[in-house]
Amino acid sequence: MSLLVPDSGLLFWMFLSFLIVFVVVGKFGFPYIVKAVEKRRENITQSLQGAKEADLKISKVKEESDSIVAAANKEQGRVLRDASDQRKKIIAEAKNEAVQAAQKEINAAKEQIRLQKEEAIIDIRREVASLSCDIAERILRQQLSDKDKQMAMVDRMITEVLDKEKSEVRN
Amino acid sequence: MRKALVILLSLFCIATVNAKAADVSAPQQVAGVAGAAVMHKAVPRVAKTVGKEKKEINVKAIIFGHILDSYRWEITKIRGKEISLYLPVILYSKTSGWHVFSSRKLFVNEDGTENESGGYDGFYPAGESSAHQGKLLEKMPDGTNVKPADFSVTKVSLGLMINSAILIVLILCTTKFYRKHQDGTGVPGKFASFMEMFVMAIEDSVIKPCVGANYKKYSPYLLTAFFFILVNNLMALIPIFPGGANVTGNIAITFFLAICTFLAVNIFGTKHYWKDILWPDVPLWLKCPIPLMPVIELFGIFTKPIALMIRLFANMLSGHMAMLVLTCLIFIGCSIGALMGSTMTVISVAFNLFMNALELLVAFIQAYVFTLLSAVFIGMAQEGKELKREVK
Repeated sequence: MSLLVPDSGLLFWMFLSFLIVFVVVGKFGFPYIVKAVEKRRENITQSLQGAKEADLKISKVKEESDSIVAAANKEQGRVLRDASDQRKKIIAEAKNEAVQAAQKEINAAKEQIRLQKEEAIIDIRREVASLSCDIAERILRQQLSDKDKQMAMVDRMITEVLDKEKSEVRN
Repeated sequence: MRKALVILLSLFCIATVNAKAADVSAPQQVAGVAGAAVMHKAVPRVAKTVGKEKKEINVKAIIFGHILDSYRWEITKIRGKEISLYLPVILYSKTSGWHVFSSRKLFVNEDGTENESGGYDGFYPAGESSAHQGKLLEKMPDGTNVKPADFSVTKVSLGLMINSAILIVLILCTTKFYRKHQDGTGVPGKFASFMEMFVMAIEDSVIKPCVGANYKKYSPYLLTAFFFILVNNLMALIPIFPGGANVTGNIAITFFLAICTFLAVNIFGTKHYWKDILWPDVPLWLKCPIPLMPVIELFGIFTKPIALMIRLFANMLSGHMAMLVLTCLIFIGCSIGALMGSTMTVISVAFNLFMNALELLVAFIQAYVFTLLSAVFIGMAQEGKELKREVK
């Protein structure tokens, strides 16, 4: 029978023990464990979310950088093309200019040559004239040593002049 | 974590089966004990035929000696010499005041001989027919026996104190880490993780879903109850000194725990809860002229904690009894003959191994079931609050 009757003395000790255990463990034990674990759970969830967000951000950034690189590539192509165009243009212009300058130079040289030639011709003519005058003088002197010859000469010359005038009038 | 969940789940499955089996097993246990008692009656005759020097084995005395509370703690016997822890006896009598003495005086006389009467200073232990069997009663001058207020530190109360100290040390050791890492950072050690597994399993799978919205208020009590029962159950399975006290198999302990749950349920019960008891939603004739349903419901308030009390008590008691009976089989077998003795030894050890494994499971299951049901009862008394919150 005593098996089923709660003993008062034991109840007293049970009350004391359980109260102490409850106060110590229930106040300084479990709440700390539960709180820390709950906080850890929160941390983990937040970290996972953060990681996901970071992942998303990274992929976005990557996309952005890709697009930037693509744009840069395009720009580079364009710039290169422009540069080559420009170069061609500059070269062409330079060539043109060079050709023109050369032409000018050539023209100037030609002109000079022509002038010099003319001068030379004039000189030669003058020389030839003076030479021919000398020669003529000498010949004349030689031929005009006698009177007949002088007269014949004068006649011929007059006829020649008259013929010339006649032909000029005819013309 | 998944392994732990699987273990918990399997434990729970067995728990539900066991909860049903427990109701069946209790009478069986009684039958078993009765059977052992019958056997014990048969034994002396057999023993006498084998040899007269053999002492007769009183199975009932052995079992109840282990299960019931005692003023001393018998540790072991070495070469016929008893080694026991004699605990202080503290009594208060209305007529003669306080009496404090060592329980050694109840068992051993001054001159070293055995104290036959088992009494000291006018106090004598009550006989088997008394409701206070084994407890000290004061013999009055007029011949009547009166029970004094008994604050003695008995075997069970010492076991209780040791287990409480163990529990406090265990939990505070675990808390050390979490106290330093309240922000949830860091990795707990092996021991702390192990304890955390139990704490969070109870918190998450029992307290939160069963109690409901304001579970935080009750979680320290429910967790304390769980670990208190668990530690006491497990310590009772250790057969040598610091363990072995049948603490949770003593009705005073389960009675007190049931009262705690009873108070937690009813003190904080909502209006909705009390309305359901005093004016339930049933046809009017069931509650108006004769308050049939309210009476039944009021009864229910008390039967719930009583069921809690009996369940834990009977489970732990029956387990201990079964193991003790199995152990006694060895001695009974030996008193019959050498062959019987050796056969019984093999059978008994095998069955005891099984029983110990089973009791290990039951130790956890009963702690779990007590916590679960307490949480459910508290949750039922909290129903109205959730509704209010939802309306708001």
